[in-house]
Amino acid sequence: MNIQEIIDSLQLTPLTTLKNYQAVTPTCGYASDLLSCVMAGAAHQSVWVTLQAHINIVAVASLLDLSAIIITENAQPDEATIAKANEEGINLLSTQEPTFSVVGKLWELGLHCQQPKNK
Amino acid sequence: MSESSHFQGRIITDEQAENITRVEELAYELKVNEVMTKDLITVTPETLMQEALEIFRTNRISGAPVLKDNKLAGVVSIEDLIHCLQKNDLKSPVSKYMTCKPLTVHGPDPIIEALKLFVNFHFGRLPVVDSNFALVGIITKGDITRGILKAIQQDYQEEEVRRYRASHLFEDIESDRSSLILRYTIKQGDFMRGGAASSAIKRALLRLGATPQIARRTGIAVYEAEMNLIIHTTNGGVIRAEIEPHQISINVYDDGPGIEDIDQAMKPGYSTANETVRELGFGAGMGLVNIQRCVDSMRLESILGKGTSLKLKILLPKKELVGEGYQTNEEH
Repeated sequence: MNIQEIIDSLQLTPLTTLKNYQAVTPTCGYASDLLSCVMAGAAHQSVWVTLQAHINIVAVASLLDLSAIIITENAQPDEATIAKANEEGINLLSTQEPTFSVVGKLWELGLHCQQPKNK
Repeated sequence: MSESSHFQGRIITDEQAENITRVEELAYELKVNEVMTKDLITVTPETLMQEALEIFRTNRISGAPVLKDNKLAGVVSIEDLIHCLQKNDLKSPVSKYMTCKPLTVHGPDPIIEALKLFVNFHFGRLPVVDSNFALVGIITKGDITRGILKAIQQDYQEEEVRRYRASHLFEDIESDRSSLILRYTIKQGDFMRGGAASSAIKRALLRLGATPQIARRTGIAVYEAEMNLIIHTTNGGVIRAEIEPHQISINVYDDGPGIEDIDQAMKPGYSTANETVRELGFGAGMGLVNIQRCVDSMRLESILGKGTSLKLKILLPKKELVGEGYQTNEEH
C-alpha cells in the first residue's frame, strides 16, 4: 500500500508540498501523542497517528525515518512546522477524524503493528 | 518550468524563502553566459526570407539574431517566416519581417532575468549582448532547462563525492587512535530547535557510512538527551559526540539543577515535566528508558544543585565500522 491510497481512502488533506506519494509505502502504523513513546514504539517507515501538531513531531519523524504523520481532529501545525517537514521530507497529512477512527481505518487497509528493531 | 509563475518578480517572505526549491535557487545562481549558446548562426537585414528558411531548415533552428555591422539589429523567428509564407513573400529581406529592437539579456545576468522575460513576453529566444550591444550569444528555454539539469546533476555528484570522502575519513589518517568530535550547545526552553543536534549527528553518521540502523539508534538516544537539556536544565547544556571507527561515544552535560533520585528517574513512566511541557507531548517518563534501550552502555551521574552528566556508548560491530569505506544499504 502506498501513501496515495491512504490519502484517498481516508480523505486526508496533505499539508506538505505534493510528493510522489505512490513511491512511499509504509509497512506499519503507530499511534500516540507522547513523543518518547513514539521514539520507543514506532518502527521505521511507520505511519504515525497523533493529535500533536507542533514542530517537534517533525524531528521525531525524521529521526525515526517515518513515512508520514497523520494529524487528527483538525489540529493545525503552524507554518514553521510545515516548512520544517518539507525540508526534512516528512509527509504531514491532516484529518478531522479522531485518532481512534483513523487507526481503525488504517488497520482495515492492512496496516498493522510492527515492533521497532533498535538493537 | 519557465512557464511557472514562480519566477515572476515578487517579494517573498521568510517563510516562503524556506520553501524555495533547489531549482529556484539555481535560477538565481546560474548566469546567462553559463547556459547560453555561443556558436551562433546569424543573418543580416539583407538576407532574403527564402534564405532564412533554408538556414533554419539545414541547422534545425527556429530563430536567429539579425546582425548589422556586427551589432544586433533584430531577431527573426519561424513565426515571422510563417507570416511571410502566408503572404507568399519569400523574396523579401529579413528586415521586413524581423522583430526590431528585441529584448535582450546580459551574460552576467542570473538566468532568472531571462526566465522573467520568457514568462512575460512569450518569446522563444533572447539575444545575449555585451555592454556595447554586441551579440555574444543566444538563450532559449531549452538552454535554461539543460543548464539547470546539469547543475542538479553536479550537485548530486558532489554529494556522492562528499559521502565517499567522509566514508573514507579515517583511512588515510595515521594515528594510534583517530576520532571525529561534534559539539552542540543546547539552550534551555528552545523547543523550536528541539531535535536539531540529534538530526545533525544522525546525518553525519550516515555520511560517514554508518548503517541506517546505527544512525537511527544514535539519533533516538541523542534526541532524548537533547530534549532533556531543553526541558529540564537551568541553563541548557552541551552534547559532545565522538565518532571513532569502532564506537560512538556521547557525553551530555549540564550545570543544573541535577536529578534528585536517579533510580526513580530511570523508571519507565516517571517524569518531573510540568503541565505545559506535557501538553507538547513530552514528559512521558520514557526518555532515559529509550536512551538505555538504544545504547550499549550508559552512565548517568548527577549531583543535585550542581548538574548532570550522561555518558553513552554505541559499539560498532566490525562489519558496521564507519569512516573506513564500509557502506551498506542493508537494514537490520
